[in-house]
Amino acid sequence: MSSLRIARERAAGGVMFVMTALSLLLVIVMGLGLYLKAAPIFEEHSLWDLLSASEWKPFKNKFGFFPFIMGTVWVTGIALALALPLSLLTAVFLTEYARSWVKRWVYPALDILAALPSVIYGVWGTLLVVPWVSDRLAPHFVKFSSGYTVLTGGIVLSVMILPLLVSLFVELFDTVPQELRDSSKALGSTRWQTAKRVVLRKSLPGIFAAVVLAVSRALGETIAVLMVCGNLPEVPRSLLDACYPIPALIANNYGEMLSLPLYEAALMFAALILFIVVLVFNLASRMILYRIKRVNA
Amino acid sequence: MRSKYIEEIIIKGLMIISLLTVFGFVAAIVWTIFHRGWSCITWEMVSSLPGGGFYIGKEGGFLNAIVGSLYIVLASTLLGLIISIPVVFYLNVFLKKDSRFAYVARLAYDVLFGIPSIVYGAFAFTLMIYMGWRTSLAGGILVTTLLIVPIMIRSMDEVAKNFPRELLDASYSLGATRLETIGIMLRQIAPGIATATLLSVGRAIGDAAGVMFTAGFSDSIPTSLTQPAATLPLSIFFQLSAPQAEVQNRAYAAAVVLTIIVLVISLSSRFIMKKFSKNKV
Repeated sequence: MSSLRIARERAAGGVMFVMTALSLLLVIVMGLGLYLKAAPIFEEHSLWDLLSASEWKPFKNKFGFFPFIMGTVWVTGIALALALPLSLLTAVFLTEYARSWVKRWVYPALDILAALPSVIYGVWGTLLVVPWVSDRLAPHFVKFSSGYTVLTGGIVLSVMILPLLVSLFVELFDTVPQELRDSSKALGSTRWQTAKRVVLRKSLPGIFAAVVLAVSRALGETIAVLMVCGNLPEVPRSLLDACYPIPALIANNYGEMLSLPLYEAALMFAALILFIVVLVFNLASRMILYRIKRVNA
Repeated sequence: MRSKYIEEIIIKGLMIISLLTVFGFVAAIVWTIFHRGWSCITWEMVSSLPGGGFYIGKEGGFLNAIVGSLYIVLASTLLGLIISIPVVFYLNVFLKKDSRFAYVARLAYDVLFGIPSIVYGAFAFTLMIYMGWRTSLAGGILVTTLLIVPIMIRSMDEVAKNFPRELLDASYSLGATRLETIGIMLRQIAPGIATATLLSVGRAIGDAAGVMFTAGFSDSIPTSLTQPAATLPLSIFFQLSAPQAEVQNRAYAAAVVLTIIVLVISLSSRFIMKKFSKNKV
């Protein structure tokens, strides 16, 4: 009878191992699948040409990804520039200053921001941010702007990565030992001095990792950015120009891509770029974060 | 006054401003969606299928999208639970605490969690072409399952990791096998499973980029797995790109429906976590 129990235990262990291993394989299979689908385009264009050319005319066999890469970089950069100070200040406030009743209100609010779907952010962006940029902000700088700009995309995206940044920062600051704060305060530091010289300094590698993680989240955001960015395949020259990030390119053209074999390969190449960048960013930052947790545990 | 106190006051002011900005964003988004969409909702919209000339402003509703989203979310959540619960048990009961394999597995799930849904969509699309599927309900379920399994595993794992190992030892000392010990863990991490499920439902229902490739879109409710299915986020997206005001109004109404669903899910998951974590050891 007991041998039956042990057999059942072994069988269950085996099944669970296979399930765990299979989901690990998913990462590899995904990269491989995208690469195989993108491969045809490398036969006619070199990698450098694809990344640096700026003409996008699929039906004339011209696949320049440079405008899309620049679009992505611009939008992500602005999103980070807006979200980073905001989230750092919020997280320091939550861990170093806030009383529990404040936290009871802030966390659900952040939950809501994290839970709202991309398309809702897109609707919000077109209803509120786009008119604000085109009617209020842009007239100070240029004659006319549709409002569907790099800046609009950056603003919408910054709100989307805000909850992720804050929750990562709060988790990080919580791992800083209380004794360090106490000793700093005992020496006469104010709370902000303690936060600045002890908490922030001690969590600097973690802050870096969190930022990388948030950037990789921002890189892949599709629908919201697609709805507010204008989608012109040109390299943006200012914040008030339209741009066309990589995810938007994939989402907008999937319908026609089957009409041309190289077109499909080009879009899969775009997905492959995203996959590789996000993979590298995630691996690096997660490994840093794991180490911090282990050291402090 | 010494400069450090002045700095303290300035920084504190900035912190409160940024906190208010966060609340401001939440309020602005929710207010915008409801202000624009609430007056557009009619019972017909949420209870009927698109009629003839729907996309040029004629009669009909987006019931197809609501039901399609519901099908995809329910099926993929169920599949996701079936896959992720054994994995979480394996990581936390069968493997030792400092297991190398567990480290790699957790890293992989975190990476998978970070991969954008559009990449999942593109990948699932190539997979479907390879297997000869067309855009269908099954494809949508497939991609959404892939998308939520890492979220489910990682958020359940966070709860399971804090499970006291002594309880496992107590069970082993009574002669139970590791498989039989799972019951104890299941009871302890039940609220974790509930919140992980709600989290994934929220993510699954809002995802548009993944299902765009795989589930396609249709004006009717799918009756089998091989038919394409509409989803709520895509229905908002497509209707919004139409030039007619009537069609756009329906998009705003659909946005209100989606926002309400997501808000309810988000708030109730926090409530569940609070209410049921009381019984934990």
